[in-house]
Amino acid sequence: MTTVDDLKRRVADLLAAYPPESTPRQDFLDARFDAGLAWIHFPEGLGGLDAPRSLQSVVDKELAAAGAPDNDKRRIGIGLGMAAPTILAFGTPEQHQRFLRPLWTEREVWCQLFSEPGAGSDLAALGTRAVRDGDDWVVTGQKVWTSGAHKSQWAILVTRTDPDVPKHRGMTYFLCDMTAPGVEVRPLRQITGEAEFNEVFLSEVRIPDAHRLGAVGEGWKVAQTTLMNERVAIGGTEFPRDGGMVGVVTEVWRERPELRTSELHDKLLKLWVEGESLRLVSSRLRQQLAAGAPGPEGSAVKVAFSELNQAASGLEIELLGDEGLRYDDWTMRRPDGVNFLGREAGYRYLRAKGNSIEGGTSEVLRNIIAERVLGLPSEPRIDKDVAWKDLPR
Amino acid sequence: MSDLLYSEVEEDLRASVRDLFKDRAEPAALIARTETAEPYDLELWRTLAADLGTAGLAVPEALGGHGASAREVAVVMEELGRSVAPVPYLGSAVLATSALLATDTSQAEVTERLGKLAAGTLIGALAVPLSTAPGAEFPSAVTAAADGTLSGQVRSVVDASVAELLVVPAVGPDGPGLYTVDVSSAGVTVTEAISLDLTRRIADVTLENVVAKHVADSSVATSALDTALVTAAGLLASEQLGIAEWALTETVRYLKERYQFGRQVGSFQSLKHRLANLYTDLVNARATARYAADCLASGDDIAIAVAVAQARNSPIAVHAAEEAIQLHGGIGMTWEHPAHLYLKRAKSDEIALGTPGRHRAALAPLIDLPA
Ligand SMILES: Cc1cc2nc3c(=O)[nH]c(=O)nc-3n(C[C@H](O)[C@H](O)[C@H](O)COP(=O)(O)OP(=O)(O)OC[C@H]3O[C@@H](n4cnc5c(N)ncnc54)[C@H](O)[C@@H]3O)c2cc1C
Repeated sequence: MTTVDDLKRRVADLLAAYPPESTPRQDFLDARFDAGLAWIHFPEGLGGLDAPRSLQSVVDKELAAAGAPDNDKRRIGIGLGMAAPTILAFGTPEQHQRFLRPLWTEREVWCQLFSEPGAGSDLAALGTRAVRDGDDWVVTGQKVWTSGAHKSQWAILVTRTDPDVPKHRGMTYFLCDMTAPGVEVRPLRQITGEAEFNEVFLSEVRIPDAHRLGAVGEGWKVAQTTLMNERVAIGGTEFPRDGGMVGVVTEVWRERPELRTSELHDKLLKLWVEGESLRLVSSRLRQQLAAGAPGPEGSAVKVAFSELNQAASGLEIELLGDEGLRYDDWTMRRPDGVNFLGREAGYRYLRAKGNSIEGGTSEVLRNIIAERVLGLPSEPRIDKDVAWKDLPR
Repeated sequence: MSDLLYSEVEEDLRASVRDLFKDRAEPAALIARTETAEPYDLELWRTLAADLGTAGLAVPEALGGHGASAREVAVVMEELGRSVAPVPYLGSAVLATSALLATDTSQAEVTERLGKLAAGTLIGALAVPLSTAPGAEFPSAVTAAADGTLSGQVRSVVDASVAELLVVPAVGPDGPGLYTVDVSSAGVTVTEAISLDLTRRIADVTLENVVAKHVADSSVATSALDTALVTAAGLLASEQLGIAEWALTETVRYLKERYQFGRQVGSFQSLKHRLANLYTDLVNARATARYAADCLASGDDIAIAVAVAQARNSPIAVHAAEEAIQLHGGIGMTWEHPAHLYLKRAKSDEIALGTPGRHRAALAPLIDLPA
């Protein structure tokens, strides 16, 4: 059993062997991974110590206090939040060894090739084909809205391997090399002016069978793990009181007394209260997770998080008045990650609109809450027993 | 870091309180009782307060209580919200008890009264209007004469109809003070009001030259009163959580049973989404209520935690009860269905111990967001 003292000793040993002031960032991250202090609940040898997840904060705090570098979660969010837990759950020992270390140390950035022009909320309708050819699979199709594809070396990919069975049963999950021949990434400009996401064209891309994750035909089950983790990754994010998007507005309020009105004051206080309660919900979610009993709250938190971000960024523009009429920069760019706080109010307002669409729309999440959490009857299903190839589209 | 989950001890406590209410406070009986001469169920109160020991949870063992904390009281409050059982828990075990606990408890009068309140053998009430918010000015409705007798009138005192002991804030020649008064004393009149909340009553208390015991003066009286109000407001958030939880559970159950247009009503997406929204609210209400209870137990961050919990949970409980009525259709509008008991409790709770707007206004200076 790993104890707090044990962890502190390990951190002290790491800091002694690799003093942050004199160790290059990448070397420090490698050493931290090898010491089992990357994600302590992961197995030994894979960056962890098989320790309770609740103790991760001990490590993070000690390292932060010592000024040690950390990986950039904004840049590797999809890898950390979605690819890693899925690879851990379904990967072979070889896949664990090959992928987890460069993922965590930020040497390899990941993206998520799930959505397609014809399959968004109904992910299981996807049509990107993978056909077996010897030791390889040959993949052809089009993906869309792929965040960060332009800076990624690897992707988690769901494909159709059997069009003759109902949609949920004919899918297979792969780890796809984004530098392989046949992968083409084209920027897709979004309402903010920049291109954070992309279209990805896959033309006869060869993926070795060794990069298949889970059994053939089991892709939906594997994808479920990814999606569940995606919601927890969004909802369980730690932020301080008066932080996040609400913090941005409160800062304007404090610094610009001339903008204050009583109507906006009450709106602001309501939002602050919602922000504080969301902070507590996500902290409760993490405590449940650490206690080994992840609740079904993840979906609810994601819905609440989106609404709060949208309301707060909307209020910021309203508060700014004249200045809210201006935008910082429409230049088409391909950013490394989402940086709400680094840009201005108009950007925040527009980007926050994506919060209720990315990672499952609020409507779909409400269906999930109603059906899986509250046990309400599902909509009449017309696609359940129909082979994928015969579905109306 | 505060603990936002429930401990095993708390879950056990919840189970026994819930069992009790299930057996002895089922909805049809509650509704029938509201129209009798005995709207409170004092038999049930004795079992809850004395036998299960819930009246003295937050009272130290040395004073006859169980030495637990606000976290455990909050669990009882959640169950009270879920059952709207007609017992004077808020007035006696929370308001009157917290007020006396915050005075000098070594005084014989206080020690004795607290012991009985904690044992559940004495019912107390705090003589302030139930709408009083924490931080309100010290009430001057009752005045203390130079000889120590009290006179004045206080309206809308929760649970006063069944109280035997009143804890009275009054202003005397030396300023604010806190007094204890036996309801049986000469000069005390308690007039039951017709309450919006059928299962938690309010009454007007009139005092005419009533003999009282002085238990706290000026600064202690002011802070003891505020402690009682803050504690009660923070715990009320747990009751509001319980109300919302009942409303959601019952509505989900009903919408699975009810058929219209050849299918279960609960399979219509427009309704499913409304219930999913209630669930999202509930998740929020639980986190803020747990945090408030934990802060009251630890003494940290109380003011902000309580204001947040009240500002958030009051509207959530009201909305959940309103949705329960709407989604039960015609049945929801009937006297026979218990939904109205919850709406009445939720709406009264919204006003009790400070409205959400009052709590937001109280929050503003605490979080440096001035008007
Ligand atoms: C900023 C951003 C980043 C993204 N990044 C990625 C990424 O990295 N990788 C990736 O794979 N995908 C990504 N996506 C795609 C995202 O997952 C999809 O957009 C999303 O799942 C919705 O699918 P859709 O766009 O096809 O909408 P549709 O499914 O066509 O939905 C249209 C509308 O109908 C509603 N709707 C659909 N089905 C139902 C239903 N059953 N009940 C009620 N309403 C319904 C939806 O809520 C929506 O309002 C990203 C999207 C955004 C906005």
